Amino acid sequence: MAKFQSLKEAVAENLRDGDTIAFEGFTHLIPQAAAHEVIRQGIKDLTLIRMTPDIIYDQMIGMGLVKKVIFSYAGNPGVGLLRRMRDAIENSWPRPIETEEHSHAAMANAYEAGAAGLPCAVFRGYRGAGLKEVNPSIRSITCPFTGEELAAVPAHRPDVAVIHAQKANRRGDVLVEGIIGVQKEAVLASKRSVVTVEEIVEDFDDLHPNLCVLPHWTVSSIARVPGGAHPSYTHGYYDRDNAAYLEWDKISADRDLFTAWMRENVLGAGPEVFATRVKGL
Amino acid sequence: MANLSDFTPNEMMTIAAARALSNDDVCFVGIGAPSAACNVARLTHAPDITLIYESGTIGTAPSVLPLSIGDGELCETAVTTVSVPEMFRYWLQGGRISIGFLGAAQLDRFGNINTTVIGDYHKPKVRLPGGGGAPEIATSCQEVFITMKQATRGMVDKIDFYTSFGHGEGGNHRERLGITTKGPTLLITDLAIWKPDPETKEFTVVSMHRGVTRDKLQETCGWKVRFSDRLEETPPPSELELTTLREIQARTERAHGGKKGS
Repeated sequence: MAKFQSLKEAVAENLRDGDTIAFEGFTHLIPQAAAHEVIRQGIKDLTLIRMTPDIIYDQMIGMGLVKKVIFSYAGNPGVGLLRRMRDAIENSWPRPIETEEHSHAAMANAYEAGAAGLPCAVFRGYRGAGLKEVNPSIRSITCPFTGEELAAVPAHRPDVAVIHAQKANRRGDVLVEGIIGVQKEAVLASKRSVVTVEEIVEDFDDLHPNLCVLPHWTVSSIARVPGGAHPSYTHGYYDRDNAAYLEWDKISADRDLFTAWMRENVLGAGPEVFATRVKGL
Repeated sequence: MANLSDFTPNEMMTIAAARALSNDDVCFVGIGAPSAACNVARLTHAPDITLIYESGTIGTAPSVLPLSIGDGELCETAVTTVSVPEMFRYWLQGGRISIGFLGAAQLDRFGNINTTVIGDYHKPKVRLPGGGGAPEIATSCQEVFITMKQATRGMVDKIDFYTSFGHGEGGNHRERLGITTKGPTLLITDLAIWKPDPETKEFTVVSMHRGVTRDKLQETCGWKVRFSDRLEETPPPSELELTTLREIQARTERAHGGKKGS
């Protein structure tokens, strides 16, 4: 049953050292404010799952909170590389990290299998691909009906899913719309979930019946954080801050610059700053 | 008004790639040059082409080139937007995509692509972003078009990692792996158009862009270049093509605050 909490309480109650956590949002609705709260609370030794690790995992890795990343595209979308993640992989700074690399298809299938309560995902993939030579989690299975060999990967079963959404109603039902990514699957695959929202409304009576809604009994904690996806965007609220993504390329290129930026903008700030960051977007 | 005598090799590459697309195509669009080419095709000879980005947007028609595969305008102008699992399961794996459009950091003569690492996978010299959707785009789309700028650093004799499978070691290697789709059928660079040899599957230059020489093609390519017996010259951009490309790039630059977009 969804509880309405402050972001600080929601993160403290649901996330623990050593957890496996999926922060999701496919370019859109990235739970940036929640990731910053995790960094402020110093929750560590995390195994992070995410299709496109993006700036939030670059920040968490650079702050030394991450033990392992399970991912399918380690880029700053539209800009280039993730420099903190690269530094950790290439130079073990600030600590070595393990990686488990997949394709997008495998990750999406693994979330869906997790949501469906299955032990593994089966799909037609990885044919001729080098990843199956270097990732022991990529196996194969033979179709008992046709004999076709198919790829199999373990289902994602995170301890916690963290997502950002447009709105919740008073009961705690959550609406996600626009590019919906894998958020529904990530929440349903996880034991617990933290959802940040732009606003809380009385009810969802005026919604179209087929919209993507997570019923309140599938969500653990909801925190209202306007602007909480910045520099990602929230469809219907504010646009993507492309300049911030370009800027991140410079900040993340240098360890000292990165550390100073994190101290000022994350450790020394709170979730309320996100509302000001999206003004004018 | 476009200055027709003064187009860049990059503009020629994008326009040549746009020409390869038809009105009936359902195209899975990668970010970068593929996105520009697909939208130029849509705004010129192929108004009904279906453009799909892996963020789940089907039948999208952006007025500016997206900076990422999940920009809001892709969703706002799409016929429908589906979840990412649905995108990869029903639409890509289901065989509904005719053309997959990929870029490459490293490419070999058989259309195998590396966007994962330079050097050893476990001790990389450079860790690149990785494959994203590419491993399955390369095998589930009916055909794959590749576009990249020529350089010996990118077009190499041997790629460091098989991010996505083209024709493997050539010949019938795809068939031997149980892959039923055609794989790379076209490579469009800033200097030429290449097609795989029907038997060996090695990329062969079939058309050189205006002003390009055989020597220039070889200097910028890390393998020994083969030329078709019937080598053509790529027709230069038309006024409509060049104006359309420059206008969408100018709109993109204004919208993204200086960044040219993809």
